[in-house]
Amino acid sequence: MTAQDIFHETYTALSANRVRSGLTILGIVIGICSVIALVSIGQGASSSISSSIESLGSNLLLVMPGAARTIGAAGVSAGRGSAQSLTYSDASAIGAQVANVAAVSPEVDGRYQAIAGGNNTNVAVDGVTAEYAQIRNVTVSEGSFITDAQNQSLAKVAVLGPTAETDLYPDGSDAVGQTITIKGVPFLVVGITVSKGGSGFNNADDLIYIPAETASHYLQGDEYLSSIDVSATDPTVMTQVQNDMTTLLLQLHHISDPTQADFNIINQADILASASSITSTLTYLLGAIAGISLLVGGIGIMNMMLTSVTERTREIGLRKAIGATRADINMQFIAEAVALTVIGGMIGIILGILISMGVSATGLVTTSISWQAIALAFGVSAAIGVAFGYYPARRAAMLNPIEALRYE
Amino acid sequence: MIEIRDITKTYGKGDAAFQALQGVSFSVKDGEFVAIMGPSGSGKSTLMHILGCLDTPTSGTYILDGHDVSTLSDDELAEIRKEEIGFVFQSFNLLPRTTVLRNVMLPLVYKGVPEAEREIRATEALHSAGLSDTHFKHRSNELSGGQIQRVAIARALVNDPTLILADEPTGNLDSKTGEIVLGTFQNLNEHGGRTIILITHEQDVAEHAARIIHIRDGKILEDSPVKHRRRGDLSHHEQ
Repeated sequence: MTAQDIFHETYTALSANRVRSGLTILGIVIGICSVIALVSIGQGASSSISSSIESLGSNLLLVMPGAARTIGAAGVSAGRGSAQSLTYSDASAIGAQVANVAAVSPEVDGRYQAIAGGNNTNVAVDGVTAEYAQIRNVTVSEGSFITDAQNQSLAKVAVLGPTAETDLYPDGSDAVGQTITIKGVPFLVVGITVSKGGSGFNNADDLIYIPAETASHYLQGDEYLSSIDVSATDPTVMTQVQNDMTTLLLQLHHISDPTQADFNIINQADILASASSITSTLTYLLGAIAGISLLVGGIGIMNMMLTSVTERTREIGLRKAIGATRADINMQFIAEAVALTVIGGMIGIILGILISMGVSATGLVTTSISWQAIALAFGVSAAIGVAFGYYPARRAAMLNPIEALRYE
Repeated sequence: MIEIRDITKTYGKGDAAFQALQGVSFSVKDGEFVAIMGPSGSGKSTLMHILGCLDTPTSGTYILDGHDVSTLSDDELAEIRKEEIGFVFQSFNLLPRTTVLRNVMLPLVYKGVPEAEREIRATEALHSAGLSDTHFKHRSNELSGGQIQRVAIARALVNDPTLILADEPTGNLDSKTGEIVLGTFQNLNEHGGRTIILITHEQDVAEHAARIIHIRDGKILEDSPVKHRRRGDLSHHEQ
């Protein structure tokens, strides 16, 4: 039998029972389509979480003050950030003494009322240095970022995030060069940052940046830092930088027992690793759910093929009588099963891509369809055809022609 | 040339064993038209299965066209059927929803004959079976009973077999249509030189052959030429 003959026989057999073939194909369509759609949603969620963590900064290590590690231990803990343990000298010591540090920025954060003309907003105000822009990937769309000179001279200048800018200047007028007041202190707007996206509690756009020393002096009134942002030169040295900083800060703070540290270092790589392990588990879970529907579709194929073998017993007997070998019959029925799954697989892939694009269009999750997932889905569907078609085909091939011809 | 010697066939084992054939021997020369006749339960179906290489005998030898086919495996038997035997069944067994031409070409598909040659050979076979080209593109369920059986005869002819084996070919046809089919067999035998074995339980059908082998209880009762041969109806032969 040539490939063309097999194709012809398969087409004739499947088109003889269009409704049944269609429903069987539908089972595979649903299976493949849900594998592709759900895995693309999982992978999309995974990459959007990763990229939003990466947008926090490059090779970022965050030194936070106190308390977090003593939660649950003896004694009262007032919670992270309550300890006033980090100082400007800690920040400069890290910059000077720890190897492989690319940039260090002390941060003095607060939340204050900002007023421009008749508009006012309650906004996060971050006191930072020039290096902050490098650490956190902040770029300005207009004007310039905070400079070292402004920091040293306690200049009352501010760089607005795009959301803060719209809140203060809803009419769209140019904010750069205008004066706003923060906690009653007048500040000159010198720049606007590019939007980084984000929403909710940690909105990188709803922010006002001012020099750190200015924030300490005019807004906060003490010399303690909210955090120290450190960027390592390379992702591979982050652990070393974290360890060296821990050692250095313990020494500077005269603490001998590391469990009693009055600071806390958060490593971006750790956050990324745990987030990606969560999202990949989610992807596996979604894939497994979709896999179950694919399995059910495969069983549907086996069911249809078994029915078809029984119905066509006489035909099989005739084919054997006129010289079809077991291999010929086997091939014919396997080909039918594979044709069902391949047709179902192709429709399922197209539908899965459309659903995935539809989900992206709603803006909930930006899905990502990988070619590997499509190739895998297609391979799996063909394999299901062979696996679930094998038993019915074998039953057909083993039929005794005499009994098959007598079958009523 | 067909020669069977001392063929036996036993079904079942031990006490439940049933001997359907108890030592049957005969030979059929090329170009003969033989009827095997017997009532149901006589063993004629078992004999037909063995002659048609659908089954193997329990003992004895079967020489078909010089090959001993009595001890072959299932797939080897399939090869022999493909090359040496053309079947015509009582219930036609054409593929429904498939054209006449495609039905006749089916044995050539399994034989691996190239596409272009298939149609030529199928057309020839259909002409030999007395069907004109007007029916070739019809589906088999659009034809009359006599035409369907002649399509089946054409299918049996198409691989140029040593032996055409017809199992009650008129059993599902009225007597008039039956005569047309029997006429086709006679024509193929006399003008085409085909060797035909016809299995039937009806005396008047058997008398269309040149020789009748009577079989009863698994043994040959009588093997004799037909004195007054009946002639089938060739008036509907379209070629």
